[in-house]
Amino acid sequence: MFWLGDVKMVKQADWSEPVIFELGRKGRRGHILPAVEEEVKQVVGNVDTIIPENMQRKSKPKLPELSEVEVARHYIRLSQMNYGVDSGLYPLGSCTMKYNPKINESLANSKAMNMLHPYQDENTLQGILEILYRLECWLAEITGTYEVCLQPAAGAHGEFLGTSLIRAYHKFNGELEKRREIIVPDSAHGTNPASASMAGFNVVVVPSDKDGCVNIEALKEAVSERTAGLMLTNPNTLGIFEKNIEEIARIIHDAGGLLYYDGANLNAILGKVRPGDMGFDIVHMNIHKTFSTPHGGGGPGSGPVGVSEELAKFLPVPRIVFNGERYRLDYDRPHSIGKIRSFYGNVAVLLKAYAYILSLGNEGLREVAEISVLNANYVAEKLKGIKGLTLPYGDEVPRKHECVFSAKPLERETGVSALDVAKRLLDYGLHAPTIYFPLIVDEALMIEPTETFEKEELDRFVEALRKISEEAYKNPEVVLKAPHNTAVSRLDEVKASHPRTMILSWKMRLKKGGE
Amino acid sequence: MNKLGKHNHPYIPNSQPEIKAEMMKTIGIKDVDELYLDVPERYRLRKLLNIPRGMSEFEVKKHVESLLAKNKTCAEMLTFLGAGCWPHYVPAVVKEIVQRSELLTSYTPYQPEVSQGMLQALFEYQSMICELTGMEVANCSMYDWASALGEAARMASRLTNKNEILVPRVIHPERLATLRVYAEPAGITIKQVAYDAETGQLSLEDLKSKISEKTAAVYVENPSYLGFVETQVEDIGGEAHANNALFIVGVDPTSLGILKPPGDYGADIVVGEGQPLGNPMNFGGPLLGIFACRGDLKMVRQMPGRIIGMTTTKDGNRRAFCMALQTREQHIRREKATSNICTNEALCAVASAVYMALLGPEGMRELGETIMYKANYAMRLLSKIQGVKAPVFNSPHFKEFTVNFDEAGLSVKEAHEKLLKLGIHGGKDVSKEFPELGETALYCVTEIHSKEEIERLAKSLEDVLAGRC
Repeated sequence: MFWLGDVKMVKQADWSEPVIFELGRKGRRGHILPAVEEEVKQVVGNVDTIIPENMQRKSKPKLPELSEVEVARHYIRLSQMNYGVDSGLYPLGSCTMKYNPKINESLANSKAMNMLHPYQDENTLQGILEILYRLECWLAEITGTYEVCLQPAAGAHGEFLGTSLIRAYHKFNGELEKRREIIVPDSAHGTNPASASMAGFNVVVVPSDKDGCVNIEALKEAVSERTAGLMLTNPNTLGIFEKNIEEIARIIHDAGGLLYYDGANLNAILGKVRPGDMGFDIVHMNIHKTFSTPHGGGGPGSGPVGVSEELAKFLPVPRIVFNGERYRLDYDRPHSIGKIRSFYGNVAVLLKAYAYILSLGNEGLREVAEISVLNANYVAEKLKGIKGLTLPYGDEVPRKHECVFSAKPLERETGVSALDVAKRLLDYGLHAPTIYFPLIVDEALMIEPTETFEKEELDRFVEALRKISEEAYKNPEVVLKAPHNTAVSRLDEVKASHPRTMILSWKMRLKKGGE
Repeated sequence: MNKLGKHNHPYIPNSQPEIKAEMMKTIGIKDVDELYLDVPERYRLRKLLNIPRGMSEFEVKKHVESLLAKNKTCAEMLTFLGAGCWPHYVPAVVKEIVQRSELLTSYTPYQPEVSQGMLQALFEYQSMICELTGMEVANCSMYDWASALGEAARMASRLTNKNEILVPRVIHPERLATLRVYAEPAGITIKQVAYDAETGQLSLEDLKSKISEKTAAVYVENPSYLGFVETQVEDIGGEAHANNALFIVGVDPTSLGILKPPGDYGADIVVGEGQPLGNPMNFGGPLLGIFACRGDLKMVRQMPGRIIGMTTTKDGNRRAFCMALQTREQHIRREKATSNICTNEALCAVASAVYMALLGPEGMRELGETIMYKANYAMRLLSKIQGVKAPVFNSPHFKEFTVNFDEAGLSVKEAHEKLLKLGIHGGKDVSKEFPELGETALYCVTEIHSKEEIERLAKSLEDVLAGRC
């Protein structure tokens, strides 16, 4: 351990690990399959006599050839060149990177979960169906919705289901032809406009007002008989609660549109406020954010969707139904939109959420929300004094689970940008916040500490930022050239995407002759 | 105050009353509820949610395990189910790697300097998928085969500016249902191409009658949903290309050690299900959508999903990895993005990378051979039983095959229920999906089934059909 002043610095492991294709040796094997019995071979005959000549693979795939030892070592080394929630604070705004409880992992990795096939006889599935059915009920209770569907594999997948439901609803009412527009605020996540567009809608953007909330006058102007719905995150991406939500809901509903709740920020209001009560018709949840399941370096996640009674008939099949004695999968839903993926959802992920909700319970979930908000406001308060950082949209209004600072003054005065600050944080063994989002804040640092980090770790984050600000004013080079303590220094990301230099597979690298 | 009293909840360090008070003092509040004063009064929840009270870890474990114990797993009965989610052995190394907390608990690698491990593992996954499928570019995962197909159809439509997709009549019904939801808003219509009643093969005649200048893509699955190998893929691809349509092929990657890779027969886009490469069944999720395509820039720019690229550090001194071509994606392109996907199935992709690396070229070939031997052995044994036809189609089969009971005077359901009493779970009933095939089930045999187990299935089925049990 070494220190810079009174702040701890960290060095990440660097194994200079070759690409797996460069390791191993011809003929080496990492796994042996069960042998095929001689009698079986005799009865069947050579498989090459079964596959017609034109369909046989003539040359073996050029996969790496390694022993099990080498494979294990390679990936363990790679894992050591990666930062996770278990490594330290991971304050990515709108990502809710909270601790992933270990008990949930061990339950989901059990044979009892791994060895269930989706097409088993329902009589052999009563336990898992009960778990999923109860989870649906709890999520409906938490979001204040009528019915929840567990099928979506991720938040954006839930959004696609949501916008597809908006489509189904207007089609059912014979209004789809004219209702072509979905409204999103300018502070919305990029997935919102993308999901609206995937479901065939045009996107209308409304600006935020000086408080960082939806500009009501602009919204009134934006709605019309063409409005299919509004997608809203509340608390929004500034971490500010949309206090005019009642009026927003009325404006959208009066215009004949539906109100969609982006659940990215649900963590802030668990057990405190319910989207359904605020008038939202469709709500997606991010199980891998709010309900503690690990993000796996990009997935698997899970994005259940809750809907009002009126929309329930459009949900994908199958629905889990319970007659008081027995659970079964019901495919007989004539108005259902169909399916958005195979089977029922990312069940192993959902099982972890079930265990999580039980571990917290009703009081615990409320505590999750309260402490996540307390932590965000604590960090915001402590950061306010740091030179070069400002908290746009006022400090009178409390933030919810996250706060968005601007490094604009820092950038103007020292040339150190939000990106540089983010990179320098890595040197302190901390993950960076989300940067340059929401788009309405210049040089944005979007900070979501979540409820699972202790005060000491939050203080360390604040001190690191204070130190970085000092560095920026005194010795900007050290920040501009950061990171220094990570496995690799700053990357040439332009090269990675330039048509002439991009290398997207090992095959492409061999063809181009080098990176 | 919760039941923890003076303690904090184990997952919430700052819920300890003293720390909480200290932090509230810093902010200048006396009660956390002051931070919710901007929430309109009428929406503030006054009561506790109607969900259970919190439990200790031991109680949670006991409770969840007791519910799971109400199931009967494939480890407790001899099972022959497949149909898009397949039982294969997952090597211990794979499980170990994906539980490494640095990989498991990390986010999408937005900060590449601290995420080289995940990025390199995903680059290796993409590269191995390219080798297996014979394509040049693969993304680092989609949700599953079905949604990957939906995205492939939309990509083909964007690339060709046309809006009709031809798919086989022999297609997984769940994939078709998913494709419809993805295609409809993009104005894409789906037409199904008939199959030859004798062989199950896609009817070239029907294909020729349906393909037109409106066709954006022709899609086939290989092996097909009903387990046989489509052998006329070169002709089908040729027909697509002759009509300026793309050729999309759906694959079960466990077949690609022995079956010709789609890249070698003209595929433009390859989709498929990566679950059998090192991922457990988990009641059908998470799965792993494979998505690969040819390397020409026009195609790559229209790909959905995250792609990891190899680059160097800025000083050029060292190789490194980061997300590439992000301008296709929602966080930059917003409503003009190629897809809204962001969270994907990255860790499942890592599992598959480890699996492919363990097996290597020789192992992948052996996997394909082993599966094919065993499935064909099962087919031979079952076809000898009086009243059973296995398979229904006269075509080569890989790991799944149809079993018809019409001559046995028993429905699939009846046969299944009797087998279940003997501790055997038969194949999936497909008689409603394909009424023209009569009482037919889809059986799956993989490398995990031993000769004795296959013989036990045959013997039991014989007993069931003979009315002996």
